[in-house]
Amino acid sequence: MGVDGIGARVARKEDRRFLTGKGRYTDDMSVPGMKYAVFVRSPHAHATITGIDATAARAMPGVIDVLDGKQLLADGIGNLICGWMIHSKDGSPMKMGAWRPLADKTVRYVGDAVAIVVADSVAEARDAAEAVVVDYDLLPAVTDPLQTLADGEPQLHPEAPNNLIFDWELGDAAAVDRALAAAAHVTELKIYNNRLAPNPMEPRATLGIYDAGDDHYTCYTTSQNPHLARLVMSAFYNVAPENKLRVIAPDVGGGFGSKIYIYPEEIVCLWASKRTGVPVKWTCDRTEAFLTDAHGRDHVSTVKMAFDAGHRITALKVDTIANLGAYMSLFSSCVPTYLYATLLSGQYDIPAIHANVRTIYTNTVPVDAYRGAGRPEATYLLERTMETAARELGMSPAELRRTNFIRSFPHQTPVIMNYDAGDYEASLNAAMTAADWNGFAARKAEAEGRGMKRGIGMSCYIEACGLAPSAAVGSLGAGVGLWESAEVKVNMAGTIEVMTGSHSHGQGHETTFAQLVADRLGLPIDSINIVHGDTDKVQMGMGTYGSRSGAVGMSALAKALDKVEAKAKKIAAHLMEADESDVVIEDGALKVAGTDKSVPWFQMALAAYTAHNLPPGLEPGLKESAFYDPANFTFPAGCYICEVEIDPETGRTQIVQFVAADDFGNIINPMIVEGQVHGGLAQGIGQALLEGVRYDDSGQLLTASYLDYAMPRADDVPSFTVSTSNTPCPNNPLGVKGCGEAGAIGSPPALINAITDAIGNNQLTMPATPEKVWAAAQPAH
Amino acid sequence: MAKVTMTVNGRQVSGVCDDRTLLVHFIRENLGLTGTHVGCDTSQCGACVVHMDGQSVKSCSILAAQAASSAITTIEGLAQNGELHPVQAAFKAHHGLQCGFCTPGMVMTAVDMIRRHGSNLDEATVRFELEGNICRCTGYHNIVKAILGAAQEMGGARQAAE
Repeated sequence: MGVDGIGARVARKEDRRFLTGKGRYTDDMSVPGMKYAVFVRSPHAHATITGIDATAARAMPGVIDVLDGKQLLADGIGNLICGWMIHSKDGSPMKMGAWRPLADKTVRYVGDAVAIVVADSVAEARDAAEAVVVDYDLLPAVTDPLQTLADGEPQLHPEAPNNLIFDWELGDAAAVDRALAAAAHVTELKIYNNRLAPNPMEPRATLGIYDAGDDHYTCYTTSQNPHLARLVMSAFYNVAPENKLRVIAPDVGGGFGSKIYIYPEEIVCLWASKRTGVPVKWTCDRTEAFLTDAHGRDHVSTVKMAFDAGHRITALKVDTIANLGAYMSLFSSCVPTYLYATLLSGQYDIPAIHANVRTIYTNTVPVDAYRGAGRPEATYLLERTMETAARELGMSPAELRRTNFIRSFPHQTPVIMNYDAGDYEASLNAAMTAADWNGFAARKAEAEGRGMKRGIGMSCYIEACGLAPSAAVGSLGAGVGLWESAEVKVNMAGTIEVMTGSHSHGQGHETTFAQLVADRLGLPIDSINIVHGDTDKVQMGMGTYGSRSGAVGMSALAKALDKVEAKAKKIAAHLMEADESDVVIEDGALKVAGTDKSVPWFQMALAAYTAHNLPPGLEPGLKESAFYDPANFTFPAGCYICEVEIDPETGRTQIVQFVAADDFGNIINPMIVEGQVHGGLAQGIGQALLEGVRYDDSGQLLTASYLDYAMPRADDVPSFTVSTSNTPCPNNPLGVKGCGEAGAIGSPPALINAITDAIGNNQLTMPATPEKVWAAAQPAH
Repeated sequence: MAKVTMTVNGRQVSGVCDDRTLLVHFIRENLGLTGTHVGCDTSQCGACVVHMDGQSVKSCSILAAQAASSAITTIEGLAQNGELHPVQAAFKAHHGLQCGFCTPGMVMTAVDMIRRHGSNLDEATVRFELEGNICRCTGYHNIVKAILGAAQEMGGARQAAE
């Protein structure tokens, strides 16, 4: 490994601009003639629009125009779609109701966009938006996912009777029922997975620019996948054909899934730019983000886990209701199905699993993937159940897990996934050692002496990352393939530009991707630039989500580098009059192995472009691209242990220690990997202790600001103890698995298991606020 | 509309703005200094922290007019002659940033924190004083390390100079 190569803790190349205020986020963009948009949004959760009068608003100072949903429809702009088809178990397709970018007839959640105001300043646009008169006929609303399926409840979409989107199953129900009937012990639980607001610190923003001269659109947007945004806006929303639409996602301030989707605002600002003849910028405020960014989680499940007399799991039966909100967001259907039920085997050898999932509409903002996406829901359900079972069986939680670990690979689970590599006992042992598990009893006794309740809990998670083999996801309903592309351009004097379809919004790709190139070519990292986020510069790519950029994006880069190296060796061999099979690349030079013959990298590059002396028949230049389609998912796994102290007087939980032991396969940059784990842990701790979206019965969002929605702050979380072990992934050229979501997946059950251990009461839902913990800790009457 | 004049990063600047214009919008829109960010509407997130007459303030919580005649330092004014400020350097060395959006506010808060506490900072104090700055990426672990590291280094440098 070189100083900048794979495995090195290289400080990030991108940091300087962020640290000096030179980052370029969408809201920082400014173009001549630019005007500002504010959206008029529904204040009601469910209503029919009977009229919109913008006369007064149009006459206000600075207002360019006010545009509404009827005009949008008349101009042929299409419905927003969900891009993953799921069929119910009766064979019928999912019931997708129409989602208009600007509602023209019906609004279905508080925040549903109704009109756009374009004005000289944000303040003037906001003033005018308040002067737009929208007449509504109110309809009854439903927000409770358990209530929405009942007869007589408000109906959101005519396509979906009883608000049921699909009723889907996976696994062998009969085998599970037989095992449950024959079980020595059955553990049953009801599990709530609380609804979360993603809250990347940069609010969404977009700048739509229509160029009448070329009949061409440019869209700056806060996207994790600008190419996908262009594809969807072109193919489904009729904004413009792909060759007439450039999408640029510049610096993006965090995503966590919420910036995967194509929202109404991008589409409407592009359209409004053409209608008004001026560039139109919209920047979300935080309350608007709470109201309109796709939320995460929101599952209600029942689970039954069957054990034989030897404490081996014989079956798992899960029934889940997943709340998808008022409309089906872009990937909403795959999250509670193929990203959830397929992970219900966890790290355990379970012979029979059956999951039934019903997805439903409510008058709430759409729900889609949020850091982990389905896998946190599966892990929380499974690891809460394992901990509960261990208590019921009188076993140590570690021993129950050890008894059931999968120990040979590849392992085919009964729910589609084929695990390729792992060593779950290694992570468990590493975590227990780091947490001094055996010393817990003494620490608990000491805490009791101080009047504090101390508890410890663990969680053994697995996730499927590296999304995803295209044919496999295609067969499961995905509307796109999930390969990735990379292009390596060697400049004439030897510096390198990499164009990647992956998109960095905090993950540090400008450093890690450059590390791979530095490692392969022996070049200084400063001579390598990573270009991403612009559909005019980068060929089609699929973007960043599902911890896929290392496993899929960098694998595409590795493939492109193979081609670059092969051609470079041909050129160098010709220059040195050697056989290309004898040429090796090291330390920035091409050398003939076993001799002192050598051509510096830059000289080879120069020769490629001057083309004065190339091997016969070889094209000039040196630029190669590759598309990489993964052969399988990757399977990061690990063990998290949390230890807490609870003040029985106040119910306040203090996290005394948090240990994470992960297996991510090979690691490109340990510093960045640790940072990803830290961030994921804080989000998981946030879910378990602090965060929860709340709507009232009428559909008003009660948690619509940082004063009402508890984000984890620095003094809510501890410093973390993290470590990694390594079983390399056998299915990609780098042996990497992905690390972006693990922390958020593995941490909530470890924390809740610790709290329930401390208070001796398993009846606790997330977020475990002091009030709930205090109540649960009271002696039973 | 009013004309507002202040000193920003050592240079006297003026701009004409609506009376209701917040300092953060004046800095971003009138002066084009887009390193100072807006992350919320309720003065909770701290992405907009700047220094006003040497003290950290949330620039979303005061009007541009209230900052007239004051000396403002934004994130763009921290590095001198191309050299990162020790706090900026520590954030880089300790990987105290990921997406970079909260970073300017974090750094400006940290500089003020170290100015007030010197090298006496401990982890609990840093975490307590970061209450007004929200980060969604880092879990704060490396931000805390960076601030403690910078405090140590700056304290050591001050001692060496004395």
